[in-house]
Amino acid sequence: MTDSAHTDRPAAVPALLSQRPSQLGWSWNTRLIGVAFIGLLLVLWEIAAVKAIFPPMSFPRISAILATWWQLVVSGELPSELLSSLWRMFAGYFIGVALGVALGLLMGYVRFFYNLLEPITEVLRPIPSPAYLPIVILFLGIDDEMKIFMIAFATLFPVLLNTYSGVRSVDPIQLQTARTFGVSGRRLLTRIVLPAASPYIFTGMRVSLAVALIVMVISEMVAASSGIGSFILSAQRGFKIREMFAGVLTLAMLGYILNRLFLLIENRVLAWHYGYTQQRS
Amino acid sequence: MRPSGQPVLRVCNLHKSYAAAGATTVALGGIDLAIDDGSFVAIIGPSGCGKSTLLQLMAGLASPTSGEVLFGTTRVQDPPPDVVYVFQQYTRSLFPWKTVERNVAFGLEHKGTMARAEVAARTREMIGLVGLDGFERHYPWQLSGGMQQRVAIARALACRPAVLLMDEPFSAVDALTRAGLQELLRALWRRLGLTVVFVTHDVDEGVYLSSRVVALTRAPGTVAIDVPIVLPDPRDQIATRALPAYLDYRARLLAQLFADEGLKSVEAA
Repeated sequence: MTDSAHTDRPAAVPALLSQRPSQLGWSWNTRLIGVAFIGLLLVLWEIAAVKAIFPPMSFPRISAILATWWQLVVSGELPSELLSSLWRMFAGYFIGVALGVALGLLMGYVRFFYNLLEPITEVLRPIPSPAYLPIVILFLGIDDEMKIFMIAFATLFPVLLNTYSGVRSVDPIQLQTARTFGVSGRRLLTRIVLPAASPYIFTGMRVSLAVALIVMVISEMVAASSGIGSFILSAQRGFKIREMFAGVLTLAMLGYILNRLFLLIENRVLAWHYGYTQQRS
Repeated sequence: MRPSGQPVLRVCNLHKSYAAAGATTVALGGIDLAIDDGSFVAIIGPSGCGKSTLLQLMAGLASPTSGEVLFGTTRVQDPPPDVVYVFQQYTRSLFPWKTVERNVAFGLEHKGTMARAEVAARTREMIGLVGLDGFERHYPWQLSGGMQQRVAIARALACRPAVLLMDEPFSAVDALTRAGLQELLRALWRRLGLTVVFVTHDVDEGVYLSSRVVALTRAPGTVAIDVPIVLPDPRDQIATRALPAYLDYRARLLAQLFADEGLKSVEAA
């Protein structure tokens, strides 16, 4: 008996350029190099600002931006803006994901729903969300409902399309196996099709997470009195340039953290998938 | 003690054709077959003769063009609850997101007639019967091919089916593993009072395992010969395969397949 693939996490991507052991005992070929590169760029920023290469008014020193950012964090101003943004974002995101998965399953599983919904999906999907924002404002006003709707609507499509592809790619042998055990209909959908399609669903959800962040900022910039998007825009309008940069910095960190969290969850939930595909390849 | 009794599965004048790209391919051209309760029937034939199609029709996974399959007295349209099917492609048939334990329990859970504790006990029992104690929490893809097919067999038998249909279940594993799986299957068949229909392209495997071998002709498949196998039980991988009776069956069936293929020895010519 041979235990072939006995791993529960994805293998590291093999380096394309094999690394040569460094004589200094420190390898350049790690993720550290990327972090160091960001550090270098920030130092260059600082120098450029000190030398006033750009108008100092709109290009403050990074050290000053970081100091302002810290003050805004300590004073609670940024966290409270962030909180109202995150609530909208996740409300919209989870509504969009739930609808996307439900519709994707229906379309993949029942031919009638595919024929019914595929054309309208293809018509609505390409519209950039800022384009229909004015229409949504007409109907829902400028409060949370509008933003949540915007985010949910934009989040819906990547999840829907990926879920659909996932359902279509379920191995027919798995379906037949379930059938020989008398599993059919809704049970087949929830017990076999849904887990089998979950790697695709997760891909859609990851794309949608980035989309949700973008639409959140846009809708807050257009109309809001709170939230990180409105914070950035009103800082810029009030010539509080360091605050403006601090807001953007916060979004960079938020995007990074959300993505890391997502990958953490995905690696857990889909550990079976990585092991399985490794065995088959 | 076996085989005994009445036919459990009856195949009546079964035809199956496929339409593809404007042409119609006839896979099965009229098959009549009665599978006795408790028998072990091997179906052999050249590749493409429709033996897998026949098995799928018996399982209710496909519907015939004409004719019918009867399970007991009811006509098979959907998979009957007392008939289970083991696929050749165990890597694709086991659910990769479920552990060995959960895979084996799958059929039981969906019957919904057993309490949770009963399901757990039966699952443990089946895992023990196929010799996979200690691997309950493993995922199928962490096991070797032979072990995965054991999981599939345990899952199929956990529901205590009357009939086990197997489509070339051991053709994807190496020879030694295959011998082990053959012994396991024989032992389970004798112990659980099953009826087994076993599709294989391997004449030796068919004769060694079965109480009856049915050879099909080339497509469109019909029954070429139907040979009851009388060999002493329990069978033994070395002794049984050396018996004159075994060699006779083997020669008869091979001659039939070769004649059907128009195969001649090149050396003799």
